Amino acid sequence: MDRPTPLLQIHDLRLQYRVYGGALQVLDGVHLHVHVGEKVGLVGETGCGKTSTMKAVLRVLPMPPAQITGGSIRFKGQEILAMDPRTLQQVRGRGISMIFQDPTAALNPVFTVGQQLEAVLRSHWGRRADRGEIRAAALAALEEVALADPDRLLDAYPVQLSGGMRQRICIAMALATKPELLIADEPGTALDVTIQDQVLRLLHNLVEERNTSVILISHSLGIVRQLTDRVYVMYAGTMVESAPTRKLFTHPGHPYTQQLMEVVPRLSGGGIAPGIPGRIPDYLDPPTGCRFHPRCPHAMEICRREKPPAFSLDQDHQVACFLYDPAQGSPAP
Amino acid sequence: MQIAAFIVRRAVHSVVVLLGLSMVIFVISRILPGDPARVAAGARAPDWVVDNLREQMHLNDPLPVQYVYWLRDAVQGDLGLSLVTRRNVAQDILELFPATFELALYAGVMMAILGVGLGAVSARHKDRWLDNLVRVLSYMGVVTPSFVWAILFLLVFGFTLGWLPTLGRLTEGLQPPPRITGLYTVDALLTGRVEVFWDALQHIVSPALALAMGSIAQQARITRSAMADNLGKDYIAALRALGVPERVVMNRFLLKPSLIPTVSILGLDFAATMSNAFLVELIFNWPGISRYGINAMLRKDLNAIAGVILVLGVVFIVANILVDMAVAYLDPRIRLRTARGR
Repeated sequence: MDRPTPLLQIHDLRLQYRVYGGALQVLDGVHLHVHVGEKVGLVGETGCGKTSTMKAVLRVLPMPPAQITGGSIRFKGQEILAMDPRTLQQVRGRGISMIFQDPTAALNPVFTVGQQLEAVLRSHWGRRADRGEIRAAALAALEEVALADPDRLLDAYPVQLSGGMRQRICIAMALATKPELLIADEPGTALDVTIQDQVLRLLHNLVEERNTSVILISHSLGIVRQLTDRVYVMYAGTMVESAPTRKLFTHPGHPYTQQLMEVVPRLSGGGIAPGIPGRIPDYLDPPTGCRFHPRCPHAMEICRREKPPAFSLDQDHQVACFLYDPAQGSPAP
Repeated sequence: MQIAAFIVRRAVHSVVVLLGLSMVIFVISRILPGDPARVAAGARAPDWVVDNLREQMHLNDPLPVQYVYWLRDAVQGDLGLSLVTRRNVAQDILELFPATFELALYAGVMMAILGVGLGAVSARHKDRWLDNLVRVLSYMGVVTPSFVWAILFLLVFGFTLGWLPTLGRLTEGLQPPPRITGLYTVDALLTGRVEVFWDALQHIVSPALALAMGSIAQQARITRSAMADNLGKDYIAALRALGVPERVVMNRFLLKPSLIPTVSILGLDFAATMSNAFLVELIFNWPGISRYGINAMLRKDLNAIAGVILVLGVVFIVANILVDMAVAYLDPRIRLRTARGR
């Protein structure tokens, strides 16, 4: 490869949750990389491990019960999983920051917006900054996400604000540290469609302005199609496909991706799509081989036995499916 | 001001509750078997003396009239004569209450500091050996009655190690500090008598700790589970993810929401300590109101019983108001709701 070291590189990440009666095999060999300035999408059904993967990157999963059993996560070539607390704290916020899925849950109910935002700013400015400077920076952060009357907002508690305002505040907090990589976990999903649209457009403009790299988690293909350069598709804790956004939408390779495209309700066609038959597997006892095989219309004998590696359709298009194994002979559907 | 309105409303509430409590106390004291006039006059007094006394004590009037007389006297600080000490009950209470209050105060501070501290340590090392140790100790603390701790501390600290005195509030022969609040440690400090303060402090440690043990264990368990619960919340993950140092996340952003359940229980535990202190007071020969109350009950000293219950009722009510204020301070959701008028 002639490209420089990726900003973030996740390699063969394995994660389990220890629960009563066993261990949930939540992530089973996840790969992902993001280059500087790249906007990457991460799609998949609810519960497929998107959020767990990203929380693992920032090491904010509750451990125990979560436990990383293998793989590596490198930020600018440095292993995050082996970092001491001090170095990790440098990476968090300034290197990588994250917008959490539910803005209501992501804001502490017993502290004001200002107390939380200022705590974030203070931890990156250290002792050099005085109160006034921090306050000014907090005001500026709120103004940036187009919130009116930021002075009053800083002294408000989250319960006093609307969902849209809380979402903007979460964005402001995540961007206040000027991160190199922003992880946005389904931003706006908790909001109604018009506000969601506003919030996404705002977020898009902000990251474009600063040329921030982005990982956008979403279960909405439409949003990912609009906002990203490259897409990863996850299924049940495995990475099943990755491709440039345009290519993925025109030539989806993995049977799961193909079905995912099918279920998007088509405005022209009307009616509700039939959905993907079957359901997300049980992580306590996941299917052997390819985790998708019980739901796959093209499942072959080998899919039950072996886990498919990533096969390259193109230099930039990888699919983890035996349909693309030259050794299997049969051409892709 | 919000807080002022809150206090006024709670004060009005309290008066109503106190009136209710006084009625209950009065009715109970009158329906209990036994003739107060006979008891007051003594077993060998002639019948005509008892009859006169009965008339004097308004015992021949209907109950509601009796209640009004009783309440009028109570409000004026006249709770009647104690049949045991032959003194005004109010005077007895005034003398004994500070001793128990001081004891409960120290026990309360121990509950708050040790309970929350152990709980926080436990949550921080959740499911590791330190946590398990604290949890086992907590179970022991919860199931062991305070008098067992009292005897244990008496034996260990008082006799075996000889670190702490065993009986009373002060060493025999030491002059108590002039009475200002009635709390020896406070009065000693106010009057600058350091050696009395030190002596009183040594005397109070064992009984206070014995009283506090159960609640310390309880607070530790509640704090631990609240912190462990909140530790998994996204608002904690979010601050960590944005690079806020672990120390700040733990001591500030995790502690405050986790203290809400602890504070609610703490206030009630503190008030309960005052009424449950009788065995500890007995063991340490502590001249307190709890022991006085139990003695009154054993000897059917109705006026004293009523007085003690009334005073402890006030303590409970005040503790409740303080708890509500503390919770409102910790939790803006409650504060904002109250400000809008419930």
